[in-house]
Amino acid sequence: MSTAADMDVNMDVNMEARRILAVSISKLYASRAQRGGLRLHRSLLLSLVMRSARDIYHSSSRDSEPHSGPSPPEEPMDTTSSVEPERTVSEPQPTSPSAQAATEEPEAEYERGASGDKENLSPAKQSRKRRGKTSAAPDFLPSKRARLEPGEERYAACCRSGHPESLTSLSLNRVISAF
Amino acid sequence: MALRDTSSLHQLKSPKRDLDTQPPDSSMEEESDTRKINNSFLRDHNYATEADIISTVEFNSSGELLATGDKGGRVVVFQREQESKSQSQRRGEYNVYSTFQSHEPEFDYLKSLEIEEKINKIKWLPQQNAAYFLLSTNDKTVKLWKISERDKRPEGYNLKDEDGRIRDPSTITSLRVPVLQPMDLMVEATARRVFSNAHTYHINSISVNSDHQTYISTDDLQVNLWNLEITNRSFNIVDIKPANMEELTEVITSAEFHPQQCHTFAYSSSKGSIRLCDMRQAALCDRHCKYFEEPEDPSTRSFFSEIISSISDVKFSHNGRYLMTRDYLTVKVWDLQMENKPLETYQVHDYLRGKLCSLYENDCIFDKFECVWNGSDSVIMTGSYNNFFRMFDRNTKRDVTLEASRENSKPRAILKPRKVCIGGKRRKDEISVDSLDFSKKILHTTWHPHENIIAVAATNNLYIFQDKVN
Repeated sequence: MSTAADMDVNMDVNMEARRILAVSISKLYASRAQRGGLRLHRSLLLSLVMRSARDIYHSSSRDSEPHSGPSPPEEPMDTTSSVEPERTVSEPQPTSPSAQAATEEPEAEYERGASGDKENLSPAKQSRKRRGKTSAAPDFLPSKRARLEPGEERYAACCRSGHPESLTSLSLNRVISAF
Repeated sequence: MALRDTSSLHQLKSPKRDLDTQPPDSSMEEESDTRKINNSFLRDHNYATEADIISTVEFNSSGELLATGDKGGRVVVFQREQESKSQSQRRGEYNVYSTFQSHEPEFDYLKSLEIEEKINKIKWLPQQNAAYFLLSTNDKTVKLWKISERDKRPEGYNLKDEDGRIRDPSTITSLRVPVLQPMDLMVEATARRVFSNAHTYHINSISVNSDHQTYISTDDLQVNLWNLEITNRSFNIVDIKPANMEELTEVITSAEFHPQQCHTFAYSSSKGSIRLCDMRQAALCDRHCKYFEEPEDPSTRSFFSEIISSISDVKFSHNGRYLMTRDYLTVKVWDLQMENKPLETYQVHDYLRGKLCSLYENDCIFDKFECVWNGSDSVIMTGSYNNFFRMFDRNTKRDVTLEASRENSKPRAILKPRKVCIGGKRRKDEISVDSLDFSKKILHTTWHPHENIIAVAATNNLYIFQDKVN
């Protein structure tokens, strides 16, 4: 049972997490343009911060809005949210660690099973990235919107219904898959 | 120890090109043509002031020379004046000895990436003859430079006259032997070796082995061993690249050879751990023989815990018994015999702990500070913000904060200790945390190998401080 005070604290944490997420995303975009190319260490640190912020954001959002979202309960939401980083295509350029870490062992198994298929699902998407598109304009822009994977759609739907300000989560979604 | 600000304030300015550079080995000619074409293309931005930012400083093993590298790819070497008996009060000062363009911006066509010319590290080789040798590296290529003096010139050639024009053979009536005549001292820098194409990621450090024959170059995921004589081959001795890049959790941030044991080296990671490796165990040193890590304090956990625990520099002590590491807020001294926790931990600027979010937003949290031992391993030094740098005496446990700033210290004046006011009432002379200038950071410092002379790089200014002379 969350009291009003708890809700307030939650909102603060939520906002903080969201702000950090937004800042991180803008740093990610900016780092694409910097001289010398993407720096692996910096990208890794950014992704770690983003992951913590995203986890806090979702956990505090869930706590503050217990009736959030349609049918999907906690578990699928967790795995779908973790799945799309898994689906990040491993770039030949050494610059894109996924936000996913080895620490989430139980989820990792599920993800690998799920994402294994997803990786094979879109070879066209893979080969498009392989041609060095990272230095071109990011392909997450609304006008060039790629077809959402089924997992992504479900996740995006959850976010949209659960949170009025879905832009950040949606952007994170796209950035990670583009990255 | 009281430090006196000597008059050696050197402000590096453009022009970028210098005259002493000779073309590298002939085997690199093809590449140098493409580089010339690229230079104008890459000069769209105004790098004038940014190019002067000092990116590395290093004394040589005798302390006679001090090298600095900057973002524009230049190396400036200072030499200490010989002390004259008549001026015993005046310790030898450092003056510019040689300036050369070590690295140029390049373009990697395969990956469509610019390669920055910024000099990441300089390491001197031990001196074996009259010439000086140093290794300088940017993100991708290490170069061996020879710096030598020329003070004589042959004159009296038979076939050409003093201007170099070919003499008319009919005017040559006798033979003469060219004679070496004195000339104004000229210091030349020539690139003797270029070690390239060995790193996929960005080189963060180089370290010369105590055997004086090999060295290592380290990038985010690999450590490569080179022989100083051989440029077309290097051995990969550490590789932490995961089979699946998405599982990457850790990168290498620095590596250094042990000062005496030529088979031992250490490398630090972004997770705050250090691994000591022995090259005799296996060709690929993936298994460490010692692993140094301090368990994280759960009470200080925050969004930024991982970033601030990333080690930015690792240095062996001169006696080879200790390791020093620098992370964002602390410097730690480790005993090589004790792996589970550091021997000593020093807070550099703990008042920043509550400001990590702002420091993340303005990118300061990614700053990589270096740390350095003094010659006797009794004092350690590292930089901070607002042009402050900190020294910690390991024996007396005293520490001091000093400032490298022209406004706040007259030449030859003794540096006044500074203090940051953390909370409550600010005393006169103290500076509050919110007034700190985060654009003025001291990332690079070096200490003379035997004497109390330090060089501190503050953006594009180099400060050299010496111990007070009684």
